[in-house]
Amino acid sequence: MKTICLYFQVHQPFRFRRYRFFDIGHDHYYYDDYSNESILHKVAQKCYLPANTILYNLIKEYGSRFKVSFSISGTAIDQFRLYAPEVLESFKKLAKTGYVEFLAETYAHSLSSLINREEFEAQVTKHRETIKEIFGQTPTVFRNTELVYSDEIGAMIADMGFKTVVTEGAKHILGWKSPNYVYCNAINPRLKVLLRNFKLSDDISFRFSNKSWNEYPLTADKYVAWLNALDKKEQTVNIFMDYETFGEHQDQNTGIFEFLKALPRAVFSRSSYHFATPSDVADRHQPIAAISALHPISWADEERDISAWLGNELQQAAFNKLYSLRQLVLKSNEAQIWEDWKNLQTADHFYYMSTKVLSDGEVHKYFNPYDSPYDAFINYMNILSDFEIRLKQEHKMPSDPAYLMKLLEEKERIIEDLSKQIPPNISSKTPSKTLKTKTMKKEATKAKKEQVAPAEKNAKTAEKAPAKKTVKKTTAKKTAAKKATAKPAAKKTTAKKTAKKTTAKKAAPKKTAAKKTTAKKTAKPAAKKAVAKKAAPKKAAAKK
Amino acid sequence: MFGWEFPPHITGGLGTACYGLTKGLSRYKDVDVTFVVPKAYGDEDQSSARIIGADGVHIKERTFTFSDFLRKMKMIEVESLLVPYLTPEEFEKSFETLSEKEIGVSLQTRVRGRLRFTGTYGKNLFQEISNYALVATVLAHEHHFDIIHAHDWLTYPAALAAKAVSGKPLVVHVHATDFDRSGGSVNPSVYEIERKGMEAADKVITVSNLTRETVIQKYGIPPEKVITIYNAVDPLTEEERAREKKGIQEKIVTFLGRITLQKGPEYFIEAANKVLQRMDNVRFVMAGSGDMLHRMIRRAARLRIVDRFHFTGFLRGDDVQKMFSLSDVYVMPSVSEPFGISPLEAMQSSVPVIISYQSGVSEVLKYAIKVNFWDVDAMADAIYGILNYDALSDFFKKYGKEEVLQMKWENSAGKLREVYKSLCR
Repeated sequence: MKTICLYFQVHQPFRFRRYRFFDIGHDHYYYDDYSNESILHKVAQKCYLPANTILYNLIKEYGSRFKVSFSISGTAIDQFRLYAPEVLESFKKLAKTGYVEFLAETYAHSLSSLINREEFEAQVTKHRETIKEIFGQTPTVFRNTELVYSDEIGAMIADMGFKTVVTEGAKHILGWKSPNYVYCNAINPRLKVLLRNFKLSDDISFRFSNKSWNEYPLTADKYVAWLNALDKKEQTVNIFMDYETFGEHQDQNTGIFEFLKALPRAVFSRSSYHFATPSDVADRHQPIAAISALHPISWADEERDISAWLGNELQQAAFNKLYSLRQLVLKSNEAQIWEDWKNLQTADHFYYMSTKVLSDGEVHKYFNPYDSPYDAFINYMNILSDFEIRLKQEHKMPSDPAYLMKLLEEKERIIEDLSKQIPPNISSKTPSKTLKTKTMKKEATKAKKEQVAPAEKNAKTAEKAPAKKTVKKTTAKKTAAKKATAKPAAKKTTAKKTAKKTTAKKAAPKKTAAKKTTAKKTAKPAAKKAVAKKAAPKKAAAKK
Repeated sequence: MFGWEFPPHITGGLGTACYGLTKGLSRYKDVDVTFVVPKAYGDEDQSSARIIGADGVHIKERTFTFSDFLRKMKMIEVESLLVPYLTPEEFEKSFETLSEKEIGVSLQTRVRGRLRFTGTYGKNLFQEISNYALVATVLAHEHHFDIIHAHDWLTYPAALAAKAVSGKPLVVHVHATDFDRSGGSVNPSVYEIERKGMEAADKVITVSNLTRETVIQKYGIPPEKVITIYNAVDPLTEEERAREKKGIQEKIVTFLGRITLQKGPEYFIEAANKVLQRMDNVRFVMAGSGDMLHRMIRRAARLRIVDRFHFTGFLRGDDVQKMFSLSDVYVMPSVSEPFGISPLEAMQSSVPVIISYQSGVSEVLKYAIKVNFWDVDAMADAIYGILNYDALSDFFKKYGKEEVLQMKWENSAGKLREVYKSLCR
């Protein structure tokens, strides 16, 4: 039985605002809210909502015979939540039909698979959990950002429990082979590999409205005739593309929606193909051979490699700089740091820095908000410089006085709790309250350092404090020892609590930051409106 | 070829471009160049072209039939200070002598009927231009040639005179228009000369599409007659390549050019001020002189950045190369630059460049940061970016140099030769 596998990628990056070097260290808000919101609204109206409706109706009409699959990046989901919850609802509605499969990917639509395994796994896990939470299904098929794939990435994915991966049917890995079969990973043969038929995919996504194309206009019947013309033995045709093809890259005036509507009927009436999701395809067909990709491939440009994102020195420098900050990020308690860390990783930022303007310049320009790759690089590096400053500051001392006070209070409470546990004969000899608070303050200023190695530091400060007070050495040591052992455990809970509080408070500082940016954008009065709108759903979200 | 200057006696890019073109043409065996300048010093490089100084030409005939053009020329009264290409010395002098009025044209011939030329751009400029044209008629009689090629408006009258005498095809080469030089307040006399020259020409060559547009739009020249041939740059010699060691650890950002409205020096100062507010280890250099120099010094003083902002005055010969080799960034914020060779020279010395979109060279350069001249924020950001992000400066050093090595005068001359060929048929 021959299958046709439709898979659509849904992705929106968080675009950065123009971030000049004078903003470094002063303004920590990086996002171009106006662009992000207006672009998302535009694409939602032109593509996501109408296309989802069409797919929903097709599924209603054909039932189990018509199936599609999606991968929605985490940043796109974040943006739907922020700006267009109705889009997420319409995807949920599709999920409920049971004939739509959702694939896993990196949450940030990142290239972490190429540099840091831990980060990659963390992001995939986060995305998998998010998909489970929203759509009620746990993905078993993986698609990497921009279909980036190599033997090693495949093995990594297999280790994480995925059964199938989708990637590009790049000529240079296939050679004489056809993409229309199921293959398996060269390292771990249990992982099935589905390859994109780029010719038949690009016929729709790139060439559909091209009037100078000799096949113009493309109709569903003609397309099915091409499917029928394929070798009879071939198993599956994998049609993968940006979901934005429908209504955005190809405007609705081109008849792209009509094509989508007509395709299933044409397939059913004129061919023996069945629609299938990637897991169906993997279940139905046995791999015919291993496919090897020693160097990473992708679905971009003529080269089908990663040169669109990491092809030049600028991209590589920015990319390496970003991931060199990971250890600092891991130590951070600030929710906004984690949010920014995620959004900084999105592959699009590196795409904007591409200097490959000769062969695929048109495509590159279409997706690029910057005038030049140098602009993109400088802007990104300015933001990264500020991000690094924030990370380093956080580890020197807490910049926020409110946060500092909170830490102080928390500590005092813990000390009181602990001193209650100490037997009365010892507690009478513990330092007086005034002295206690003094040492507490000291501790608080050192709070950040302590988090690096809480056990050691606490022990030190604890030792210091009693020594000053001329208490008998033996008892002092006892209390110190007890504190040292009791604290690390207590510490963890404090850290968690404060982390929670900061997340709860997150909405507020964001808003003020947003206001700042709007004030700067007085030239664009529309921006104000956009932010005003944005504030409302956020409040609602906070209430929930 | 008629030109106004030839290395080493140059004040701007014009002489360099003329030299480059003739050198490029000398590669082609079927092209011989005779280059006429108002004043030959004798130390010019004659390997690629025969240099004739108009001051050395004997004027035997006194019965000229002046064209309309020349008659008009003779009536021109030099009242205003013309600043298109002023050497620093002339600049000082012209202030002093501005009050003296020279009216009309009198043929002040020296012994044996030779005319006196300074070959500069002083107060007698218009007289020199018309005298130069007189010489041209003589030369047109005495010499054999197939094409007349005139560089910039100063030589158009001479070229027209030569054309009137010989009937040979005329190529007019626009290195700059008065719109570029004046920043909009065009001198009507200069404009008139430019327009007549372009109209009479069989082909007009512009140094960029930016200039081509100006020629078509502002001078009403039919587009099919106007061809863009980009300038190029001479490769550095081994000596020049030897990099001057920097005396200081700090980064240096350089502006190099005439300090005039056209070059946008004030935007450089404002951008420098922004960068200096956030960075310590950087110095800014404004090299060159011009009518806006004093204003720029006052502005830098008012911004309180003079301890980090330096003025070098006019740089000559080797000093230019030295300045480039000391620089970490070269900025050309020109308000209107028909081409702009200096960024190419900077790139040869492995200096990253920031250029304005309002320059012809921005049409050809890929490995350069481009900003709008008025966008001081973007300019400051670009400077900061190159100084702070090593990847970016390394990138430009490497690829910029490669790119500029591809831009050879040979190629420009080759295109020019094609134009000549089309006219000779």
